[in-house]
Amino acid sequence: MTVDTVVFVVAALVILVGALGVIFSRNPVHSALMLVMTLFGVAVLFVAQEAHFLAAVQVIVYAGAIVVLFLFVIMLLGVDTAENLSVDPLGGQRPAAGVVGVAAVGLLAVLAVRAVQVSTGAQSVTLPLDSGRSNIAVLAEVLFTDYLYAFEVTSVLLVIAVVGAVVMARRPRPEAPDDAAGDELGVERHTETESELA
Amino acid sequence: MQVDETWYLVLSAMLFTIGACGLLVRRNPLVMFMCVELMLNAVNLTFVTFSNVLNDVAGQVVVFFVLVVAAAEVVVGLGIIVAILRRRPNATADDVSMLRG
Repeated sequence: MTVDTVVFVVAALVILVGALGVIFSRNPVHSALMLVMTLFGVAVLFVAQEAHFLAAVQVIVYAGAIVVLFLFVIMLLGVDTAENLSVDPLGGQRPAAGVVGVAAVGLLAVLAVRAVQVSTGAQSVTLPLDSGRSNIAVLAEVLFTDYLYAFEVTSVLLVIAVVGAVVMARRPRPEAPDDAAGDELGVERHTETESELA
Repeated sequence: MQVDETWYLVLSAMLFTIGACGLLVRRNPLVMFMCVELMLNAVNLTFVTFSNVLNDVAGQVVVFFVLVVAAAEVVVGLGIIVAILRRRPNATADDVSMLRG
């Protein structure tokens, strides 16, 4: 067993346990924490494949921003109550999901193994990774030349997301003043936080 | 035993399937969202693996864009969920069926 193998096996176990934990936790807070575990495992595999920049971004953006936003919403709404998972609202849905899941794993695994054999094999079309420069330098060069247009469109997307979040968080109609005072405060606080993240 | 790209691809297939099954089975909209994140991560892992195999940086650039889209999607999606759950606490995905065809 080489070091690579040990790293892969440990990270894979962390990822799979975390992913199953997301599904099977009855409490959404536990699901969010299990999601963090999976994200860290994926970050480790990014490092193992020498995608150092993406590993850092994975931890900062996913574990740092997205999961915190999830936890924030859970706490804000107070929906952190355990859900009763023993009832199956649609009869037979879970066994069906299990069958579909096993079939999908098989199909995707076969596809993945075949894909390695039949991919075009065209190496380094955009820019080689092993040119001796750091991962960030290579990534930045491509991002700001070949993919500059997509990069700019990304900023438009983020602006749209901010506008969307503000519109969503606003109270739809300024209605009866009876429940205004307490709620307005909550609305404002929420809007601020979401714009901040984006 | 040497780790090769097939291991990574099979692992990401499993991760994607777990996310998909969770999305189908769970009723809590927040947990469903987390399952979408799992699926996105599985795809990211595949992109990075192929980027490594083909020695091409484009795969990592795509992952970068997926991260941005995921962040934007979470912001808007959670905004929708908050808007729904503020009206009706305890609403599940089954209660929001007005868009059903």
